[in-house]
Amino acid sequence: MALTFDLLLIICMLLNLILLGSSRLTAVIRIASLHGMMISVLPLLLPDHPFDFRLLAIGIITLGVKGFVFPSLLTRSLRAANVRREIEPVLGYAVSVGAGVVAIAASFYFATRLETPIHETSKLVLPVSLSTIFAGLFLIIARRQALMQVVGYLLMENGIFVFGIALAHDEPFLVEMGILLDVVVAVFVMGIALFHISHEFDHIDVAQLSQLRD
Amino acid sequence: MQAILLGLVPLIGGGLAFALRSPFLRRGLLLTTAITHLVLTISCWTKTPEPLLGGWLALDDIGLLFLTVVSFTFFCTAIYAVGYLARETTGPKPDVVEGFLFRNEPESVFIGCMLVFLAAATAVTFSQHFGLLWVSLEMSTLATAPLIYFHRHHRSLEALWKYLLLCSVGIALALCGNFLLAVAAFDPNTPHVGLTVAELSAAAPSLRTSWLQAAFLFFVVGYGTKMGLAPLHNWLPDTYSESPSIVPMLSTAMLNCVFLGILRVHSLCILKGCGDFSAEVLQLFGIVSIVVAAVFILRQRDFKRMLAYSSVEHVGIITLGVGLGSVGVFGGILHAINHALVKAPLFMVAGNILRGYGTKEISQVQGLFRKLPVSGTLWVVGFLAITGSPPFGTFISELTVLKGALDNRQYLMGAVYVVFLGLIFIGMSGGVLRMLHGQSSDHAARRRSPAEPWWSVVPAIVMLGGALWLGISIPETLADRLRAASLAIDVRLAKPQALPMAVHQVPVVLFPDDEAFWDHHATE
Repeated sequence: MALTFDLLLIICMLLNLILLGSSRLTAVIRIASLHGMMISVLPLLLPDHPFDFRLLAIGIITLGVKGFVFPSLLTRSLRAANVRREIEPVLGYAVSVGAGVVAIAASFYFATRLETPIHETSKLVLPVSLSTIFAGLFLIIARRQALMQVVGYLLMENGIFVFGIALAHDEPFLVEMGILLDVVVAVFVMGIALFHISHEFDHIDVAQLSQLRD
Repeated sequence: MQAILLGLVPLIGGGLAFALRSPFLRRGLLLTTAITHLVLTISCWTKTPEPLLGGWLALDDIGLLFLTVVSFTFFCTAIYAVGYLARETTGPKPDVVEGFLFRNEPESVFIGCMLVFLAAATAVTFSQHFGLLWVSLEMSTLATAPLIYFHRHHRSLEALWKYLLLCSVGIALALCGNFLLAVAAFDPNTPHVGLTVAELSAAAPSLRTSWLQAAFLFFVVGYGTKMGLAPLHNWLPDTYSESPSIVPMLSTAMLNCVFLGILRVHSLCILKGCGDFSAEVLQLFGIVSIVVAAVFILRQRDFKRMLAYSSVEHVGIITLGVGLGSVGVFGGILHAINHALVKAPLFMVAGNILRGYGTKEISQVQGLFRKLPVSGTLWVVGFLAITGSPPFGTFISELTVLKGALDNRQYLMGAVYVVFLGLIFIGMSGGVLRMLHGQSSDHAARRRSPAEPWWSVVPAIVMLGGALWLGISIPETLADRLRAASLAIDVRLAKPQALPMAVHQVPVVLFPDDEAFWDHHATE
């Protein structure tokens, strides 16, 4: 159990790096979907935690939403937008992957310094969640395609999810469902906005969204 | 019962608005819901609603104050919205600024989202559970998105995208704050502490300081983005200037509710004993917001953006006040109420000016008094109120914040605060006064212009009247609630403080040479 748990976390961390280095949007959506699937299994594999219905439900719903609903939503808006790849990122792919690696190193450093009061689920939880949040934020800042920014947001959410599931797994079910519902609606609204952006501008390049300024 | 109705009435109303076909019925529904909500809110002043869901939903003093602000602002906005929507045509129409053709979003979506927003904002004021508070705040953020994109053109789309992305990231960071708070409260040797305000306050001494401080930082950055605290305010001017005036009006009431999230963690920090840390963070964000707003107001050429930056300034004043502690907390909360009462009418009037002149450029608007006499007058009155001139309530609250700084012996902070408020006054007066006189390009507009029908000025007059009332005398019931609310936030405030309750008391409170005055306040 513990081994599988750690293995999944490591795969997530590697997927972050792949996401930071990819330019093809369809590939990015697929990797993000895979990332979502990986983390949705985590609640079921919690070491030293008895299996219960609540965790099973959270896992299944997360799997459905992050593994299937979001990717199909994003693929649809991508088809409407008729773009294939990120053309000119603000920061290049090599730089992005480099930053990702540095972030992983920094996350491990922080995680060893921080004193977690909770019994250790796994030593990897904190560094993986921190580096995933960082990768998400980085994608939002460093990419020009609106779709990439949505994927960045999703990645950030995944990072927070890992943190929450491992460190704060006493959260009431209702709150977790509320959080998930909000994320779904957020991505749905972003998807609609994407659709409109592609219609209005014939592309989803946010560099063109620069008329409003002081 | 009240609590359930307060949440369910707007929610069901919102659902119905999506389904109703007739625009007439839909607008009637909006007004009815707004009135019902306001009546229910007023009834909460006499009879406090029962806690629900095992204490997760309960209305405390600060919640009641902000709920009243939301409900009253929503009521005034609803009157404005009904007139506004009736005037909007459904077919393609030219953009007032650039002249291209665009269409509106369906009205049912607009009204439906307004009502869902009201339900979410109500839930925020009731939330005693940090997770629930987060969920409701995120819901209100998402319900605002379609309101911003009512006029479907590229500028509003750009504003929408910035709003969605920045606020979503901000709120995701606040979620991180929630988890950090859960970690701070976790102790394997004691029974589980839930994330409700009551449980956490009771367990405050045993919270872990470093995790609590980390949680506080995440909350301030996360919710601060949604509030518009500089330097996280970038979405705010774009959103406020490119959406129908209804959005900034509702958003002004909403930012109080967002601040509630920060306030609740701040009071936990004070209980734990790391109140100095959280207070310093709040002071820093507050003063930076005021300075940044002043810089942008001084060189502003667009009057809607000028008002937006003024919102950044006032968010700064509220945050600074609470950060200063002692009477500053009282001043900050009072200022939150005053700000909503003044800013919403200003946006209403700005909508009229935009409609009448077809431009947002300050330099293109001339002869406001002649062309739009009522709006012109309200524009000046609103300007005086928003810059904190006596006898408006904003004067009292801004002065109380200053008194908070002086009482703390933070003279430098007080000086910076006063200087930048002065600069903002100069910057705004330059813009506002230039618009009033001069030759209007349209000489025929002597008669009552269609740009200022009654529904767009009467709610503004009522709200500004409220701000004037709060300046002349704060009703005793309101003052009691304000005191109780400030005490609940900052327990160090236990001693009764001398506070100006009306403009004529200000000199006495600032320069008390009369021992009897102090004794009177001490015994109160």
